[in-house]
Amino acid sequence: MKLFEYKAKEVMRKHGIPVPDGFVVSKPDEIKSLPGPVMVKAQVLIGGRGKAGGIKPADTVADAKKAASAILGLNIRGYITKQVLLEKRLDVVKELYLSITIDRSRRSLIFMASAAGGMDIESVPEDKILMLPVDPIIGYQPFVGRHVASFLKLEPEQAKRVADICAKLHELVVEEDAELAEINPLVITKDGKVIAGDAKITIDSDALFRHKDYESLPEDLTPLEEKAKKLDIAFVQLDGNIGVIANGAGLTMATLDSINMFGGKAGVFLDLGGTDDPEKVKSAMLLMSEANPKVILLNIFGGITKCDTVAKGVLEAIEAKKIRTPIVARIKGVNEEAGRTMLKNAGMIPAYGLSEAAELASKESLKVV
Amino acid sequence: MAIIVDDKTKLVIQGITGYQGTYHSQAMRDFGTQVVAGVRPGKAGEKVNDIPVFDSVRDAVNRTGANTSCVFVPAPGCRDAALEAIYAGIETVVIITEHLPVMDAIHIVSVARSRGVTVIGPNCPGIASPGKAKVGILPNMIFRKGNIGVVSKSGTLTYEIVNAISERKMGQSTCVGIGGDRVSGTNFIDVLERFQTDKQTKKIVLVGEIGGTSEEEAAEYIKGNVTKPVVAYIAGRTAPPGKRMGHAGAIIARGRGTAESKIKALEAAGVKVAKIPTDVPDLLE
Repeated sequence: MKLFEYKAKEVMRKHGIPVPDGFVVSKPDEIKSLPGPVMVKAQVLIGGRGKAGGIKPADTVADAKKAASAILGLNIRGYITKQVLLEKRLDVVKELYLSITIDRSRRSLIFMASAAGGMDIESVPEDKILMLPVDPIIGYQPFVGRHVASFLKLEPEQAKRVADICAKLHELVVEEDAELAEINPLVITKDGKVIAGDAKITIDSDALFRHKDYESLPEDLTPLEEKAKKLDIAFVQLDGNIGVIANGAGLTMATLDSINMFGGKAGVFLDLGGTDDPEKVKSAMLLMSEANPKVILLNIFGGITKCDTVAKGVLEAIEAKKIRTPIVARIKGVNEEAGRTMLKNAGMIPAYGLSEAAELASKESLKVV
Repeated sequence: MAIIVDDKTKLVIQGITGYQGTYHSQAMRDFGTQVVAGVRPGKAGEKVNDIPVFDSVRDAVNRTGANTSCVFVPAPGCRDAALEAIYAGIETVVIITEHLPVMDAIHIVSVARSRGVTVIGPNCPGIASPGKAKVGILPNMIFRKGNIGVVSKSGTLTYEIVNAISERKMGQSTCVGIGGDRVSGTNFIDVLERFQTDKQTKKIVLVGEIGGTSEEEAAEYIKGNVTKPVVAYIAGRTAPPGKRMGHAGAIIARGRGTAESKIKALEAAGVKVAKIPTDVPDLLE
C-alpha cells in the first residue's frame, strides 16, 4: 500500500527523520497562514508531478491559494489530485538519493544511495549507485550508515547526519513493515541541514494485521478493483472482452496467455485463490458480471478448491443476477465430475483442457453478434 | 532418489487441528507420507485422523522423530511457528501459509540458512515425490512416478502442468512448488542444483512467472551448471505492466520482470520454452 507524500513524511517525522514544516489541504480556503515561502505539491501516488504542473512555489497566502486551486483537481497521468501539501521551501545545496527496499535475490533489505539525487533513480547509471544489503542476522549496525555516508562523499557534519538518517530509515522500515522507503531528494540545505525533500513509503499490505492505523488510507483503484479487494479477490481490469476467473495467480496468468494464443483478449483477471466458500465464488461471479465481459471463462484446477463447491457458487450467482453472458467452464480436481455436470446442466459450454477452454472462449469472444 | 522429501520423511503438521490441517493430513497420508505428529498448542493428547497432537514441535520431535514440518498456521502466528520448528531441530520446513509479511519471511529464511535448514515457501503448494512422500496441498491424483523434476513458483499452474505430463504417461521424480512471494526460502537455483545431482531426475521442468529476476538468475545457473535437459514455461506473457497479478511478486515494475526478458534468458541457456502450459509435455518428448 503506497502512502501519499504527506503521510509518508508524517511517518518519517515519527521516526526522527527531518522533514520540512508543512500541512495538507483539500480546499484552497483552508490555507490561513504559511510557515514562510512554500512549495505547493499535488498529493498523488505517481511520479512526474513537477512536469505535469503539480508542484508550484508560493510566497504569500494569496499566491498559495491560487497555486492550490490550480493544482487541486488536476489530472496527473490518470490520477486526480484531491489534496495538496504546502511545505516550507528549502535552500537546496545538494540533492542525494537514499532508499531501503527488498532484495529478492539476497532475501534481505537493501540500502540504495546515490549522490545523484532529485531524478528518477532508474535513470542514474549503476556505478553511481551504492547497493548495500543488510544481513538480517546481523541486523542494522552503525557501520552500515557510515558506509552509506562515505560513499556520498559529504562533509563530516553532514556525513554524521546522513548516517543517523540511515539508522532511522531502517528502524522505520522494520517497525512499520515498509517494503519501500525512499527519500529522493535527500536535501542538504544552505544552513547545513539534511532533510527529506520528498518521501515515498509502501507498506506491506500483508502486514496490515499488525498496523491497524494504516487500513483506512485511500488507494487508487477502480471501483470494481476496490470491491474485489474487500472480498480478498485478486481482480485486475484489462482491455479485452473475455472475463477470466481462475484459481491461483499463475494459472490465471497462464489462462490469459492461452487465450491470447487463440486470438482472444482478456478483459478481467480474477484470481479466486484457494477457496471452498461458495459465497466467495458467488461474489466473484457477480463482480465479473459487473465488469460486463462478452464471454466468461472459468478455469478451475482444484487442489484445496472443490469443484462442486465452485459450481454451486457459480450457479447461485447466475440465478441471482440472471447472468446471460456465455460461460466456458473448465473445471478439474477434487469432485470434478459433480462440478462439471452441474455447470453443463445449467447451459454452460464445457471444456476438458486448458487449451480447449481458451480456444472456445476466444472463438466466442470473436463472434459478431 | 528424489529430492527433499522421500520415504525417510517423518512429518509433523503445525496447525493440524484447523480445516486445512485436518483435510490435508489425511491427503498426505493417502499419498504415502509418514505423518507422525501434529502440533497445536493446548491440544496435546488429542488426535486428528489418528495422528497424535502435541503442544510443541519439540515434543513432537522428541516423541516421534519428526524431521520435516508442514506449516498451516495463519500469517500472524506463522513466523513463530516456523522459527519454533527450526529451533526444535526440524530439517525441512514447508510453509503453506499465504500473506506472510515479507519482513517475517526474511527473518525465517535468514535463520534457516544460518542453521542449514531448508525452508520451502511461504505461500507455496508444497513438494511431492510420487511413490514416496508429499508435504503440502498438491492434489494426489495428478502425480505419476517418473524421472521429470518439476520446480515452480505457482500452485494451480503446477497442477495443470504436472497433470499434462502425467496424462502423457510421463512421471515426476519430485515436484517442488517454491511459492510466488517476493522472498522464498528455496529458489529455482537451490532446486536446480539438487535435480542436477539427483540420479532419478533425467529432465527438468521450470515454471516461472513475471516479476523479479529469479528466472534470469536460474537461466544463468543452468548455462554453467545444469547438463540435464530443461523445459520452461513463464506465465504472464500478456500481463500489463504495473499491475500486480495475484501473487505479491508477480508485477512488472519499471520495465523489469517481463516474460520476454525471462524467456530470452532461458532460451539463451538452451532451455526450451513452451508458449502455453499444455505444450510442456510436447517439449519433453
